[in-house]
Amino acid sequence: MSAISPDNQGLRLAVRYAVLVLIAIIFVFPLVFMVMSSLKPDQQLLADTSSLRAFLPVGDVGLNNYTAAFERAPIGLFVFNSVLVTGLTVALCLLVCSMAGFAFVYLNWRGRDVILSVILATLIVPFETIAIPLLLLVSKLPWIGWEGVTIGWLNSYRVQIIPWIADALTIFLFVQYFKGLPRELIEAARAEGATWFQIYWRVVMPLSGPVLATAAILKFLVMYNQYLWPLIVVQQEQYRPVMVGLQYFFQLNIAWGEVMAYLTMITVPVLAFYLALQRAFIASIASTGVKG
Amino acid sequence: MKLKHLAAYSLAAQSLALGTAFAQTPLTMWYHGAGNEVESAIINQIVDDFNASQSDWSVSLESFPQGAYNDSVVAAALAGNLPDILDVDGPVMPNWAWAGYMQPLPLDESVIADFLPGTKGYWDGELYSIGLWDAAVAMVARQSTLDALGLRTPTVAEPWTGEEFMAALDAAKATGDWEYAFDPGMAWTGEWYPYAFSPFLQSFGGDIVDRSTYQSAEGVLNGDAAIEFGEWWQSLFAEGYAPGTSQDPAARDNGFLEGRYAFSWNGNWAALNALNAFDDTLFLPAPDFGNGPKIGAASWQFGVSGSSDHPDGAAAFIEFALQDEYLAAFSNGIGLIPATASAAAMTENYAEGGAMAEFFELSEAQALVRPVTPGYVVQAKVFEKALADIANGADVADTLDAAVDEIDADIERNSGYGH
Repeated sequence: MSAISPDNQGLRLAVRYAVLVLIAIIFVFPLVFMVMSSLKPDQQLLADTSSLRAFLPVGDVGLNNYTAAFERAPIGLFVFNSVLVTGLTVALCLLVCSMAGFAFVYLNWRGRDVILSVILATLIVPFETIAIPLLLLVSKLPWIGWEGVTIGWLNSYRVQIIPWIADALTIFLFVQYFKGLPRELIEAARAEGATWFQIYWRVVMPLSGPVLATAAILKFLVMYNQYLWPLIVVQQEQYRPVMVGLQYFFQLNIAWGEVMAYLTMITVPVLAFYLALQRAFIASIASTGVKG
Repeated sequence: MKLKHLAAYSLAAQSLALGTAFAQTPLTMWYHGAGNEVESAIINQIVDDFNASQSDWSVSLESFPQGAYNDSVVAAALAGNLPDILDVDGPVMPNWAWAGYMQPLPLDESVIADFLPGTKGYWDGELYSIGLWDAAVAMVARQSTLDALGLRTPTVAEPWTGEEFMAALDAAKATGDWEYAFDPGMAWTGEWYPYAFSPFLQSFGGDIVDRSTYQSAEGVLNGDAAIEFGEWWQSLFAEGYAPGTSQDPAARDNGFLEGRYAFSWNGNWAALNALNAFDDTLFLPAPDFGNGPKIGAASWQFGVSGSSDHPDGAAAFIEFALQDEYLAAFSNGIGLIPATASAAAMTENYAEGGAMAEFFELSEAQALVRPVTPGYVVQAKVFEKALADIANGADVADTLDAAVDEIDADIERNSGYGH
């Protein structure tokens, strides 16, 4: 086996960076295309698609598409609705699913494995197959609010949040992660007289940053991209999220520049959320990779 | 003292206003125009005018984006959450009526006697919906193109025959001046296919389904006429007359305007762009392939939901909306064909001598509504797939036979759809 010479090492590094740059370009290009297109009038946008100009801020660039997009749809309202629904769902999901994961890993109770299996089995059920039964259910559910008891959850924030709080994938992520934590920590805490909730809250959760970040990002994406469910349970504009709002831009003559401007604006919260949790997310992926 | 009087008058006025508001029975209405500023402004104006014009009913409007509208209505029907007044795409209406999402529209026939045939939505012998406008398709061309190719200008009275049309395409193709001689609009998938292309089939003598019974497509979608149509359709793509299913949507939107296509099969909604691009734009009638020239008909229409307790109130609103001034406002605003000749006369583009007057004439002379059956929503998708497959080179007879089987099976599964 020959030793790696400094030249070889440099070459390998160069190749590695070249590959990484290429991959980065592939992933970044759609975003660049979207942003650049949002700055161009439709005719130029369409003409540029057949050349590299599509990725460059050249020609007649400006913010007219953004102005027009704001005139076409209440974008602020849609973004607010999506951020509110997504934020609350993610927070509640992390709480509920981590508790469930904790109970499946650390507590001994009859039927635990069977119930976990049943929950995981729901992963293979596409949402589209349960959308209609779920719609019929939520349209008949009672609710206690400011107006007293009302029947039906349609046209509300709760109908977009509550059915999505618990989900099998997030529970599975927590179960897998908790199984990898040192058992001795839990036993030591038990020996010190800590309650199960104290162990969950003070011992396990502080060690769960990476899985919390991963679960949060995955759930955020699912919730922020919701289309079918809000489409069928929300008929009032005041509760519509961004993805249903996208339909406002698909008229008979589609204004592609406005579509791109709208997409650019609604992508900002997703990128901001990902960047905020990026370090923990990568740590989680890395720790998964080196396990075993 | 004056202040006291003023306060008293003000209080009395408010009470009267509140009294009126309370006396009005609330009606809800859903409309598909969210995102279209002009359309939304007009429909809001109609609602405001109606609410102010009488004291019995008060309509509140909820607008949906068009792409999400039908699914929202179907979901709301399942959840028992429909409004009083709906708008519905003409060919979808029989399905919604059959499914109970809509009830007959109690409107005196004399009110709509002068309306274009395509704007009236009948199902099972009863009026269910009425449109304020219609849409039409024409062969968009330029006079300079016809002159250069030595072609006669077809008219509604004397449209091109199928042979003349193909000769026109041959002439355009032979010059090499255009990327394609003809742009049927293959990039516009969905309802465009049955709306725009089934009239060609009907002009050949076929149809999507047998309209005498609506129980089968056998013989009409796979008979001799349909096969002749299918072979002609396939030749458009195989012989390089037209761009196929991989056509770029941008090319569809702008190809004719950029001079890439000699003839474009397009709707009146795109007519203004063509008029702005060329000062010699023509809107030619559909060619006659042997059984008369045909174009599609029926656009969005108003009706009463099946769950409304106030069909009389809903009908009162719809009748109010049918005034010529509103028909003209929609036409001027979004370019659609007003439902009556008197409204057309009030518009900029459809009045006699107007830039798009041909479309009104075409709607009157050539329009044929799509099959009036609840099964149309399925048949339209089957037809779309068959046409795309044939355009891509599939065997014509086999493809049409398979489409017939699929349509017949669906009709059987739904026990004949109530015909």
